[in-house]
Amino acid sequence: MAPAVPRSGDAIFANVERVNAELFTLTYGAIVRQLLTDLEEVEEVNKQLDQMGYNIGIRLIDEFLAKSNVTRCVDFRETAEVIAKVGFKMFLGVTASVTNWDTAGTCCSLILEDNPLVDFVELPDTCQGLYYCNILSGVVRGALEMVSMKTEVTWVRDMLRGDDAFELQVKLLKQVPEEYPYKDDE
Amino acid sequence: MTSTACFMIVSRNDIPIYEAEVGTAPKKEEAAHQHQFILHAALDVVQDLAWTTSAMFLKSVDRFNDLVVSVYVTAVSHTRLMLLHDSRNDDGIKSFFQEVHELYIKILLNPLYLPGSRVTSSHFDTKVRGLARRYL
Repeated sequence: MAPAVPRSGDAIFANVERVNAELFTLTYGAIVRQLLTDLEEVEEVNKQLDQMGYNIGIRLIDEFLAKSNVTRCVDFRETAEVIAKVGFKMFLGVTASVTNWDTAGTCCSLILEDNPLVDFVELPDTCQGLYYCNILSGVVRGALEMVSMKTEVTWVRDMLRGDDAFELQVKLLKQVPEEYPYKDDE
Repeated sequence: MTSTACFMIVSRNDIPIYEAEVGTAPKKEEAAHQHQFILHAALDVVQDLAWTTSAMFLKSVDRFNDLVVSVYVTAVSHTRLMLLHDSRNDDGIKSFFQEVHELYIKILLNPLYLPGSRVTSSHFDTKVRGLARRYL
C-alpha cells in the first residue's frame, strides 16, 4: 500500500520561517544553563526539559498538521516515519532514520546523525547525568499524545556521552480511543 | 634539540584557566613553577603594552635568560594567551595563537562553560598539544 503522505519535509521546510542556527543553538543553551543554575539537580533539569518539551509538543502538533498535509497514519510504523522524515525536517531542519523495530511494531528508535541543538556543547564533569536534548523527547511525547497515542520516549544513545549518534526510543504504550466531550442527544 | 615551551591562558581577572607544558624538554617540577612565575611577572608588562597597540599578537614582551614571553590578547574579553618559549619562530607562534584562539572561542560558545572558569575539556587539551607540535 502506497501511503499518500509526503515522504520528506523538504518542501515544507523551504516554506517555513527560519532563524539563524547559531541563535537557536545558543538560545537553547542559555535555557539549559539557566535551568542548571536554578534547579541545581541534574535530574530535575532533565524532568523540567521534558516537561517543557511536552508543552511545546502538544501545541506544535497543530502547526504540524496544518502545514504538512499529512493524512491519518494507518499504523504506528507510518507515524514514526512521518515524525522522522517530515516532523524533524520541518522543525529542526534535519531528518532522522527509523530502525530497531520490535516484532509487535510498537517500539522503535529514531536516530539523529546530526543535531543542531548540540553544536559547541561539551558536557563538563559536573553535569554527567544530563540529557541535554531532553526537550526533544518531550516534544515527541506531547505531540503523539495529542493524536491519541500514549508513548514513552527515552534516550538510548547520546553523542554528548560519547556515542556515535543520537538515538531516541519511542515506545507505544496504548492508543487512546477518541472521546467526544459531548453527547449526541444533548 | 630540545625546546622549552609553556602555554597558559589567563582570564581577565588574572586567573590562569588553562596551562600546558608543550615543549620537548624533559619535564622538571621546579621548571614548571619557574615558568608560571615568569609568565606571572610578565602580566604587568602585557597590561601596559596591550593599550599601546591595536595588534592582538604581542611578540617578545618579556624575557628571562634565554626564555621569551609572547602574548596574544583577545579583543573583547581581554583574555591573554601566553607562551613562554626559547625558539625564534615568530610566524609559527602567531599561527599557533590564532588557531588556539579559535579553539578557545569554541569553548566559550559552549553554553555549559562559565566564562572565567577553568578549561577542563580534554578535547581542547589534545588539540592544543597537536597545534604546539605542528607550529612550535
